[in-house]
Amino acid sequence: MDFTSAKELLTLCGQHNLPISEVMRRRECDLAGAEPAAVEQRMRRALAIMREAAHQPLDNPQKSMGGLIGGEAKKLLERRASGLSICGAVLSRAMTHAMAVMEVNASMGLIVAAPTAGSAGVVPGLLLALAEVYDFTDEQLLDGLFNAGAVGYLAMQNATVAGAVGGCQAEVGVAAAMAASAAVELLGGTPAQSLDAASTVLMNMLGLVCDPVGGLVEYPCQNRNAAGVANALAAAEMALAGIKQHIPFDDMLAIMYQVGRSLPAELRETARGGCAACPGLCQN
Amino acid sequence: MSFISVFDVLGPNMIGPSSSHTAGAVNVARLARQMLEPPLARVEFTLYGSFAETYHGHGTDRALLGGIMGFATDDVRIRDSFAIADAAGLKYSFIPNFTETDVHPNTVDIAMTNAAGKTLIVRGESIGGGAVRMVRMNGVKIEFTGEYCSLIVVQRDIPGMVAYITEAVSRRSVNIAFMHLFRDGKGGTAYTIVETDEQLPPDIIQELRAHHGVDDAIIVQA
Repeated sequence: MDFTSAKELLTLCGQHNLPISEVMRRRECDLAGAEPAAVEQRMRRALAIMREAAHQPLDNPQKSMGGLIGGEAKKLLERRASGLSICGAVLSRAMTHAMAVMEVNASMGLIVAAPTAGSAGVVPGLLLALAEVYDFTDEQLLDGLFNAGAVGYLAMQNATVAGAVGGCQAEVGVAAAMAASAAVELLGGTPAQSLDAASTVLMNMLGLVCDPVGGLVEYPCQNRNAAGVANALAAAEMALAGIKQHIPFDDMLAIMYQVGRSLPAELRETARGGCAACPGLCQN
Repeated sequence: MSFISVFDVLGPNMIGPSSSHTAGAVNVARLARQMLEPPLARVEFTLYGSFAETYHGHGTDRALLGGIMGFATDDVRIRDSFAIADAAGLKYSFIPNFTETDVHPNTVDIAMTNAAGKTLIVRGESIGGGAVRMVRMNGVKIEFTGEYCSLIVVQRDIPGMVAYITEAVSRRSVNIAFMHLFRDGKGGTAYTIVETDEQLPPDIIQELRAHHGVDDAIIVQA
């Protein structure tokens, strides 16, 4: 079982009456020649690493290698604990976990690139927050990860997930598209709704530049991971409400790729433009 | 890469912060360490381009040192690799080079000396997402990625060497995926790199080294 476009993915889901997650599982087993149990075990390990990274800085905040971030996740946690959060249960948790993962990443801790290190907070952030609020089991979270994997694979196959090629829209943008699609499946939406949500995210994050201060994966990367979960949540809500998108995910990926390639080099991970060019900040 | 796996999307599992500056640095050094007989006594890393500019904040130095000691990209000891190398008596240094700019942005030269006093300088590039390629050996242009089992034969540039090497490989029923020949000059030192689909048995090394024209033979794999 294989697919190279969102259109083919939806056809497979329809033909076999399967969710996106299961099509992606079968594709992995078929193409890698791997046993389902081994594939499941490997994804379970990824989930365990994600969970650890999403929680560890809540108790033990660590200053980043470049010194630009550290302790943000704990602050969000404390605000939620005080009852003052204006973001609601899911979003406040998702932002907390997403920023926590980026703290771990920036202090040389263990993370899962999802799809990149600079966007590693978005998928675990949203999925773990949903699990806390809706009591999803790990089995359901694994479904979510395979669904997210399908969306990220399409981006790698047909566009790019490299900030140096397509800007932050290709990193955090794709990560948020993955998270949105996974959230839709976890909350009972259809495969078409998942991909509508993914399309919405790319549309709403279109053109986002990659401008890491000092060239480091810290700032504004961590902030943007929090923005990514917010975008993902908004897109998932729209899709679950039955709002359809006029631009299919395949086309939206092509648009994102085209926009990415039109970005000037200064705004594609070279640390020469955007936030990175702000005077007075760390020039490493 | 034969196909894009779900674990290429949700992965690698890695020590942060950057797949190209941290995980890729680990992978370059892991390949380098296999190219010189252990134990390693001293290593000097020369960093170019973005590696030179951002190595401290990306932990590229710790990653390279961890990789040269054999740590994998997800090994949490990478953060402490200075202390671990010190305890093991491994000497190391890092030299940023800002003058040579005509290189891939994430390039490192690794100059190694083993306990027997033998030296080797290799150059590697981190080309994105943790993927790497080795591009020089003692100043000679070469290329391999470690994605396949790679046999590297250092030999004199004399007739019959390629036939001798391929015959030894074929007798072990191992299929050659790619094969490249590099040399520093006619009649000088040549490097044959054979990338194979199956794992090569280690006994091929002894056989190849027995030939008078072979200086060294090693097997490297990511």
